[in-house]
Amino acid sequence: MTIIKTNINRRSFLKASALAGGGMMLSFSWLAGCTPTTEEALALPKEWFELNSYIKIGDNGAITLMSPNPEFGSNVKTSMPMILADELDVDWKKVTVEQADFYPERFNRQFTGGSMGILLAWKPLRAAGATARQMLVNAAAQQWSVPAAEITTEAGMLHHKASGKTAGYGEVASLAARLAVPEEVALKEIKDFKIIGSSKKNVDGTDIVSGKPLFGIDYKQEGMLVAMIAHPPAFGLKVKSVDDSAARSMPGIKDVFIFKTLADDYERNGFDTTTFTELVAVVGNSTWEVMNAKKALKIEWEKKADQQVVVNGWGGKKTEVIPGGLESTMTHKTLMDEMSKKKASILRKDGDPEAAFKRAAKILERTYSAPYLAHNTMEPVNCFAHVTADKAELYGPIQAPEFIRNTIAARIGIPKENIHIKLARMGGGFGLRAYGHHMVEAAVISQKVKAPIKMVYTREDDMTYGIYRPTYTATYRAALDKENNLIAFHVKGGGIPEHAVHAMRFPAGAVDNYLAEGWSLDSNITIGAFRAPGSNFIAGAEQSFLDELAELAGKDPIEFRLELLERSKTKPVGEKNDYDPDRYAGVLKLVKEKSQWSEPQPNVHRGVSAYFCHNTYVAEVIDLEITNNKPVVKKVFAAVDCGIVVNPDAAINMGEGAIVDGIGNAFFGEMTFVEGVPQKNNFDKYRMIRQKEAPRSIEVHFLKNEKDPSGLGEPLFPPVFAALANALYKAKGKRYYQQPFLAEDITIG
Amino acid sequence: MAALNLNVNGKKQIVDVDPNTPVLWVLRDHLNLVGTKYGCGIAQCGACTIHLDGVAVRSCQLPVSVIGEKSITTIEGLSESADHPVQQAWLEHDVPQCGYCQAGQIMTAAAFLKEHPNPSDEEIETAMNGNLCRCGTYLRIKAAVKTAAAKS
Repeated sequence: MTIIKTNINRRSFLKASALAGGGMMLSFSWLAGCTPTTEEALALPKEWFELNSYIKIGDNGAITLMSPNPEFGSNVKTSMPMILADELDVDWKKVTVEQADFYPERFNRQFTGGSMGILLAWKPLRAAGATARQMLVNAAAQQWSVPAAEITTEAGMLHHKASGKTAGYGEVASLAARLAVPEEVALKEIKDFKIIGSSKKNVDGTDIVSGKPLFGIDYKQEGMLVAMIAHPPAFGLKVKSVDDSAARSMPGIKDVFIFKTLADDYERNGFDTTTFTELVAVVGNSTWEVMNAKKALKIEWEKKADQQVVVNGWGGKKTEVIPGGLESTMTHKTLMDEMSKKKASILRKDGDPEAAFKRAAKILERTYSAPYLAHNTMEPVNCFAHVTADKAELYGPIQAPEFIRNTIAARIGIPKENIHIKLARMGGGFGLRAYGHHMVEAAVISQKVKAPIKMVYTREDDMTYGIYRPTYTATYRAALDKENNLIAFHVKGGGIPEHAVHAMRFPAGAVDNYLAEGWSLDSNITIGAFRAPGSNFIAGAEQSFLDELAELAGKDPIEFRLELLERSKTKPVGEKNDYDPDRYAGVLKLVKEKSQWSEPQPNVHRGVSAYFCHNTYVAEVIDLEITNNKPVVKKVFAAVDCGIVVNPDAAINMGEGAIVDGIGNAFFGEMTFVEGVPQKNNFDKYRMIRQKEAPRSIEVHFLKNEKDPSGLGEPLFPPVFAALANALYKAKGKRYYQQPFLAEDITIG
Repeated sequence: MAALNLNVNGKKQIVDVDPNTPVLWVLRDHLNLVGTKYGCGIAQCGACTIHLDGVAVRSCQLPVSVIGEKSITTIEGLSESADHPVQQAWLEHDVPQCGYCQAGQIMTAAAFLKEHPNPSDEEIETAMNGNLCRCGTYLRIKAAVKTAAAKS
């Protein structure tokens, strides 16, 4: 039995009323206006008792569980409460889930990103559920005058076998809520989980399919105005002047003004984007009126000079220079080629790579590259804000409310305790919404016009704002001896404005002579986290290279990788290898079995790839067929080791989505620039994967083990690029080195 | 501005708007029907799909002035309580991830199935190709359309 100290979850026991700003729990009126379903209406209790910040139990046994993290589609709003419910030992059908507001005094890490949600919430949520259950048991023990240890629970009921006494949680909830919090509680044995590991439907499913207002862009409030912004059409430009005379005279328009998003001397955190710090706002009665007025603005832009900004991020405080100038993709390519030939920073070195290359029997060298990518969440950037003299209410899509609240406070001059951020369901995130510039912008606009406003970006504003996945390149070089053993491995990666080399990852540790180098170039085109940052490029490059290397060595690509992993396990090189060779090999073996790798089928062209990132191991096999001269992805097999799988069907859904996303970005994903201007601003130009191009089927298999769960949002994405490139090679007899593959010579159907 | 009579989800509505206003914004801003989503504004993503006399159309590029007597159905009007066979199939397959595009997907599927009650895989792929899903739920969308076809 696992005993856990309840102080892991200390903040969850702070009562709302005991906190300054307890009024922050007030709901916006529109939520209260939603009509409950019959089932919910019947279950409404007369009184709720709060056992901790995650769990409320009604006098009638109704259960409300708070989902702490923002929801962007990875289904944490279902899986997190499942963890609570299992330890609490309640019937899932009687559970109602509510999205928590951003409330760091009461909840752990309200951040969705890095595939860390479930991993970091696993213990705190289990502790919260188990502690509440113990308090209910203790209350029953007190009421019945029996030892607590003799009381058992099942599906929201308490039983005492010897006396035959039985009660529902609701009957003792009032007393339980007044009891002291036990210092230690027992967690369930993994074998006793009833909810964790069984598939539960999305708790918002019915609201989604019936079009209920769930998203920030759907929000409305009495007296609310609509706002839009105009940002510079190119990176490297800023506003010089605005002629708003035509716009102001248009129907429904209330105000037009230039505003700064950050104060000049503001010390930024790592999530404060530096994209456009001055914008033009148009505010009016309705979206269409504001959209038209925005088109009528006559804005003169001018070039920006180099700019110094102070950033106090994870790497400590430093001054960064944002170069002036208008950048182009063509120039970037030339610069990146030049940089690739120069010396770079050594990130890791084992043995004597150059000596090994000199004595090699065969050497393989290949260069891979990938463009900038836009996130293109289906819901464009938006945010509601209502700023009054001493407080601010915000509601919008945000992955990282914690970081942006400080920024908002600094910009509008209201203490952060008085800034209330409600977490809207996000119409996609993929990393984009870790950057909350839109919340600051909405707050500034509301403060200026002294009214509640909803700011909405057009698709064009959204796609051309920046925060892109960086553009990358990497050159791989490997040496084989006469017996086709890998004796040296060298990766040199670069990017604008950062490289994607993870020096401690596989195949580091499996090769005696290893060298990893990285370089980067500054730019004024802003970048940000994009599903599996860094890994989303380097996995494709590395795993394509290993495929070609295996071929040169005359080995099966899975066996080649397994040999290297065996070497890394039995005679590891170096000490900081950032992976577990057994788990890595485990997913390769599972995908080999599930895909029947050893029994190739006629006219099916297969590629394999494996990668470890974000604490989860994934191997994938892609099967292509050529139909009407076009490659068709017939089937994708994925094998995943993410420890315990909380909600299996939802986990499969996430995996399927990541694979489709990977195929789409590998084929089509690309943002380019001419003189600072993003060349794609809507879906007519920026090609996204569609139904016809999606794989015909996907199988996602999980390794069964009892390890604590790790994330799933990101890890299935990076391996796709190489599995696809390697399958394309089999189909076309040609290697694909440059993303997007469509730009080379093919399309998919 | 012009006062226009509309038939939305079986109800008569009068709106006083610029006649060029796309139906999308009339629904979202003036009639408080926000299930129909803004995605691109240029009829490329399908998030704004509604039915006009039962036919799936993109509402983001459809001026309200051209509607006339035609009846508009939005996701809110597809069924009383999410019990349309397509909505039920969506729930059965637990299709959504973020959920933003799904109302548009459902409206496209519902109109398509009325015309093609027994579609082939290829017909489904073609019919649904105009609706983007950034989360990549295409396989479940296709499976749900097949389930809905089998049940309706």
